[in-house]
Amino acid sequence: MDDIFGIPAPLLFGQLLLGLINGAFYAMLSLGLAVIFGLLNIVNLAHGAQFMMGAFAAWMLLAWGGIGYWWALLLAPIIVAVTGVILEKLFISRLYKLDHLYGLLLTFGLALIIEGIFRNEFGSSGLPYRIPPELSGAWDLGFMFLPIYRGWVVIAALVLCLATWLIIEKTRLGAYLRAATENAALVQAFGVNVPRMVTLTYGFGVALAAAAGVLAAPIYSVNPQMGSNLIIVVFAVVVIGGMGSILGSILTGFTLGVVEGLTKVFWPEASATVIFVIMAIVLVARPAGLFGRA
Amino acid sequence: MADTTASITAGTLSAAEKDAAGIWGFSRAQLIALGIMVTFLVVSPFVLYPVFLMKLLCFALFACAFNLLIGYVGLLSFGHAAYFGMGGYLAGHAAKVWGLTPELAIIVGGATAAGLGAVAGWIAIRRQGIYFAMITLALAQMVYFFCVQAPFTGGEDGIQAIPRGNLFGLIPLDRDITMYWMVAAVFLGGFLLIHRIIHSPYGQVLKSIRENQPRAVSLGYRTDDYKLLAFILSATLAGVAGATKSLVFGIATLTDVHWSMSGEVVLMTLVGGLGTVFGPVIGAGIIVAMQNYLAEMGAWVTVIQGIIFVICVMAFRRGVVGEVAALLKVKL
Amino acid sequence: MAIQRRDLIAAGAGATALGGLPWRARAQTPTIRVGVINDMSGPYRDSGGPASVVMTQQAVQDFGNRGFNVEVLQADHQNKPDVGANIARQWFDQGVDAVVDLPTSSVALAVNQIAREKNKVHLNSGAGTSDLTGSQCSPNTVHWTYDTYMLAKSTGAAVVKTGGDNWFFITADYAFGHALERDTSNFVKAAGGKVAGAVRYPFPATTDFSAFLLQAQASRANVIGLANASTDTVNCIKGAREFGLQRTMKIAALLMSNIDVKALGLESAQGLLLSESFYWDMNDRTRALTERVRAKNQDRPPAMTPAGCYGAVLHYLKAVADMGVAAAKASGVEAVNRMKAMPTDDDAFGPGMIRPDGRKIHPAYLFEVKAPGESRNPWDLYKLAATTPGEEAFRPLAEGGCAFLRS
Repeated sequence: MDDIFGIPAPLLFGQLLLGLINGAFYAMLSLGLAVIFGLLNIVNLAHGAQFMMGAFAAWMLLAWGGIGYWWALLLAPIIVAVTGVILEKLFISRLYKLDHLYGLLLTFGLALIIEGIFRNEFGSSGLPYRIPPELSGAWDLGFMFLPIYRGWVVIAALVLCLATWLIIEKTRLGAYLRAATENAALVQAFGVNVPRMVTLTYGFGVALAAAAGVLAAPIYSVNPQMGSNLIIVVFAVVVIGGMGSILGSILTGFTLGVVEGLTKVFWPEASATVIFVIMAIVLVARPAGLFGRA
Repeated sequence: MADTTASITAGTLSAAEKDAAGIWGFSRAQLIALGIMVTFLVVSPFVLYPVFLMKLLCFALFACAFNLLIGYVGLLSFGHAAYFGMGGYLAGHAAKVWGLTPELAIIVGGATAAGLGAVAGWIAIRRQGIYFAMITLALAQMVYFFCVQAPFTGGEDGIQAIPRGNLFGLIPLDRDITMYWMVAAVFLGGFLLIHRIIHSPYGQVLKSIRENQPRAVSLGYRTDDYKLLAFILSATLAGVAGATKSLVFGIATLTDVHWSMSGEVVLMTLVGGLGTVFGPVIGAGIIVAMQNYLAEMGAWVTVIQGIIFVICVMAFRRGVVGEVAALLKVKL
Repeated sequence: MAIQRRDLIAAGAGATALGGLPWRARAQTPTIRVGVINDMSGPYRDSGGPASVVMTQQAVQDFGNRGFNVEVLQADHQNKPDVGANIARQWFDQGVDAVVDLPTSSVALAVNQIAREKNKVHLNSGAGTSDLTGSQCSPNTVHWTYDTYMLAKSTGAAVVKTGGDNWFFITADYAFGHALERDTSNFVKAAGGKVAGAVRYPFPATTDFSAFLLQAQASRANVIGLANASTDTVNCIKGAREFGLQRTMKIAALLMSNIDVKALGLESAQGLLLSESFYWDMNDRTRALTERVRAKNQDRPPAMTPAGCYGAVLHYLKAVADMGVAAAKASGVEAVNRMKAMPTDDDAFGPGMIRPDGRKIHPAYLFEVKAPGESRNPWDLYKLAATTPGEEAFRPLAEGGCAFLRS
């Protein structure tokens, strides 16, 4: 068996693949954050809570409505997006002209409220959600056992991310969106309902978080604090990729997942810190992030 | 932040400030507020629980130190817990392991935070706005990691049973009321020092940098040096606050270096009023009192805290003191 | 600064009769104040939290009226040692006589100091660290429910006996995780097994454990020891099932409660071995206790930690009645000494005793989680696999190194 840096090669390949899978979650979550930041100029710290709501929505659909995983994958993001749209209308829309700080604090407060309510309703220990039978089992890749579901997560995340990127970069709607970030008044003058577009964009970003939540439900414990551990890492991913850069957040998400995976092999205690080290270095060297425009 | 800042341009700063200045740079309204505050400091330990008051004062000093940076230089640090917490750890270590007297332990804590602030500040001040906040956060996360791993911090348990010791080797601080007077003195000293800094010529330059950095540069100020010094001062005072807190409670833990503590000090300053002299004190009072009383609300604590965040951002962005000052048409 | 009286209970008179209103007669009748400090808003909420308050109140009610009132307070320590120490200090300064529960080892150790300094009573149910009756023992403390030594001995030794002699640990990188890993390693080695390796992951910032599970697999060990708790344990087991580890390895969840089993679901949890000192369906007494509290406890049977609060508070109140309220209030050490002098007996743990170092002695039970087909009702989760008698379940007194016993 070949060793690389003292680690058996199969183990290393396995870790790289796992890193990629975790990266898929980072990519989906940071993509939503980047979309929201790019267009609304809001640092959405409620993103972790909305990820959690997605997972809970899937659980509720199954437990209360008998609706299975596949429909949940479609319905849960819509449900959570509707709550996001309501929040945007009630609160966030009033902050667009202010400093980032206020949006950040507001969404942080909203996250606390959402998580607290779920904790009181469902407790903290988590709820079980089963892997759909179509995706249970595992592939033997030779160097590792890959659960089919994890493979599905990577594929689903890639498809969602690329679709989002295409919509924003290559379609007319996306062109309006990008134009509105540059000059909202002008786009409004062309007869586009910018406030509604902004609201729907927030809803879309939230739906991405919720979709990631549904994907996460079968493999992680569905509990109220499942998002709060992730949010600060995901936020760092967005900063490293370049705030508001769509492609940047996708690529950085996957890359950092891999980097973190490797750290878990060589120095597991530091695996939660490595992303911040990278963030500090990137910000010193390239303040606008790896893919951002200064 | 823009709506909380007085729009004074760099050129007319000193003249405008001289008009408003009363004694020690306090305006009349501020002098009255200061009088109320000092009275409260003297009377409260006989009415309220002294340990609660000491906690409040430590956080008030921490928030004032933080406010020096955001309120007067316009830099939002999201990593101030690192200085607060490290100050606490080193002071605790100095008092417990090295057996230093409390005032020396606090100096050790402050000096540690100053050194840390010098390094972090040197890296961070090159960036502005959200990027500045992110660098400070990243550096603070590294400090957190160090604290989890380093043996002297005691990991999850923290440094426990830190002795309060004898002030100057003479006055035993075991009784809460004696300790209180020392904490009150530290707080008041820090508070007045910050005030003095803000109203010195150096402070005026800071404000001009906040208002218009290119203009300050064109006037010949080396703005980076000014900002770095402000960062170090702010970190030092945060360290002093943390050091005092660890002596009061006899414990220094990871809570104080965690990023949520950085968020808490932002909250305190925001609730009280960014860029006001008394705002951070009031803000710290509100948040600490809330945590104290809400601890018995059990699981609803986070929900109530969240609601307060939302109300603050939606309804009074100038903070309690900022709103009161606007109502009375004075500067506080 | 007065502490709000959320739960004012006069023993015997019943809670509803008084509500939160001031009651004049209280001035004449002495009052014992018991404060529950635990995690009300974090990951350990479900294993203790409000349920511990319910069980403490149940202890007060079952104790009955013996000439003094008992008031129960509660607070959330958020798993932060400074917050916990702060609450305890304030409560003690304002007339609370005993604090109960205190999960999270770091918080327990911090409060342990305060209780000793103020000469009050610390009845610990929720924390795991065996240091509470070892290097950091205190004459003011009773450690009731379980500790890392008990878990390690009961689960560790049993797993080695069934052929699991090569261990790999996945350990939460904090005091409790380290203690659990250390204690279990000792038993594994003593029983002739070996430890192939260990990985320490950042706590609580880790959500995905698959990388560590793969390392465990690559180590060629035949047992994964999970030295962690709560949702981390649940996530580890979920991941292990997913990656097919159970085909080559056994999983030993060193701290796991029926709440975690419930969160995991029997489908994933079946066959797991775990240790507890209380299970609601053990015997007639535990079932009767469960019936009494079930309605107040969100229709759930109590878990191990709340049951420990019940036992500890009930025994404390008996000691208070025995020595007189004034004497009990005056000295926490004396109250704890009286508790140690009296044999214990309650519906949750049956007869037992408290050792001079503060360790409560009762049997440790090794359970195997039932398969979904075997379970007859939603909380029918375990079958008993082995019982370690109380004298053997805990670290021998002499090995603990408890300092105050020597003086």
